[in-house]
Amino acid sequence: MLLRFSGFFTLIFFIIFSVNIFANPAGKTDENKEFDVNEMIMHHIKDAHEFHIMDIDGHAVSFPLPIILWTDNGLVTFLSSEFNHNDSGEVIVERKGQEFIKYHEKIFYANNTGGVKYVAYDAAGNVTNKKPLDLSITKMVFSMFLSMLLLILIFVATARTYSKSKKGEPTGLGKFTEPLVMFIKDEVALPMIGEKNYQKYMPFLLTLFFFIWINNVMGLIPFFPFSANLSGNIAFTFVLAAITFIITTVVGNKDYWKHIFWMPGIPVPMKLFLAPIEFLGIFIKPISLMIRLFANISAGHIIILSLISLIFIFKSLWLAPASLFFSVFISLIEVLVVAIQAYIFTMLSALYIGSAIEEHEH
Amino acid sequence: MDLVTPDIGLIFWTTVSFAILYFILAKFAWKPILGAVNEREKSIKDALSAAEKAKEEMVNLKADNEKILNEAKLQRESLLKEAREIKSKIIADAESEATEKANKLVEAAKTAIENEKSAAMKELQNTVVDLSLNIAEKLLSKELDNKEKQLDNIQDILDKTKLN
Repeated sequence: MLLRFSGFFTLIFFIIFSVNIFANPAGKTDENKEFDVNEMIMHHIKDAHEFHIMDIDGHAVSFPLPIILWTDNGLVTFLSSEFNHNDSGEVIVERKGQEFIKYHEKIFYANNTGGVKYVAYDAAGNVTNKKPLDLSITKMVFSMFLSMLLLILIFVATARTYSKSKKGEPTGLGKFTEPLVMFIKDEVALPMIGEKNYQKYMPFLLTLFFFIWINNVMGLIPFFPFSANLSGNIAFTFVLAAITFIITTVVGNKDYWKHIFWMPGIPVPMKLFLAPIEFLGIFIKPISLMIRLFANISAGHIIILSLISLIFIFKSLWLAPASLFFSVFISLIEVLVVAIQAYIFTMLSALYIGSAIEEHEH
Repeated sequence: MDLVTPDIGLIFWTTVSFAILYFILAKFAWKPILGAVNEREKSIKDALSAAEKAKEEMVNLKADNEKILNEAKLQRESLLKEAREIKSKIIADAESEATEKANKLVEAAKTAIENEKSAAMKELQNTVVDLSLNIAEKLLSKELDNKEKQLDNIQDILDKTKLN
């Protein structure tokens, strides 16, 4: 069932994505310019201010998204379509007496000083323009809202099915979603946190798991309104890891802190030696969570895109079957990987919380 | 470097989204789902423990039955034994009684025979006396006519009577 489904969407993936790449994903490269794999891949896995759907006859068709800026003169909002697909800082949008440009999917104040028009660079080639605080609904934020909507629809509908059943047995959608909920309960929360306290953390773990998973899966679906690499974005994983870190730190009991700063049961020099390591561990644990999810999901996207890009790098259609075969293969693996990564993130979060509230017997 | 620099806007929106998602799902999804699941688990647990209890009772009942059966067997055995004993006793008793009765009957018969015999003897004696008297009377009435003959006769009778 899973295999058939993934096979189906991989097929769609290739039909649409290959067209997409053919039609210049960056939207600006000329016909005679070399195909830049790096640029294409980075463009895909990074955030954007408009949701690029496809190109028709060299014209980008994209879904405009609202740009929300907190500037020196207050809140500024406009649609990203005002930049007219320009991403190199040549189109100026004027609001509240301020000029904005979009350069490499970032919003800057336009530069008009010293004769340099719009984009100013320092010696190392970095943009030196001032930046407003950018709270735009980007492609990833849009994707995140969509995932929220889907999750709420799915699980509120699941909750509804229980009122229809007579003895609390799952019916309809619940037959599909309940095993997943039970999996988090029986395989994650119970063994990691323990029977006494697990119920308090179940809502958090369930929300975490399904939020990561659905965004992972949505990232694998290659067409609008999916395909945003949200769970492979470091800001996203940073927030989730930070929440785990905050919970662990707040609920940590006396034993937890004692085991970090003054490990019982070992000689004093060892205690002194272990304390800084354990202290660093507090931060390393959530950082590892953050990097693991970010790197795994981004890597998956990069591999699939690279394999498809092989056709364009070698400029040979004969390579397509091999490229396609490996892409399908990796896609199938990715279906598994995204579920495993969501599980690992949730499981480790539960483990860290469990170790923070564990009561030791000495 | 751009790739690993968290974007403030996305951090903001992720935080907001996760918080909203958490509260909505916790209230409208996880609470009813986990509630139903826990309730069902509890009812299953209760049913299981009830079944276990019933099983235990069954085992107890079985043991009781076995005990009763054993007791009944023992009782039957003892009853049979008793019956056998009674039977042999009855037989023995009957035998001895019969012997006794038979002996008594024999004894009674013997006495009766003896009595009959003596009675018969007496009667015989009486008969003999009567007969003798009759004879004597007849003889006397005849012989009184003839003195000599009379005397002979008497002598003759006496002789004969002496023999008796």
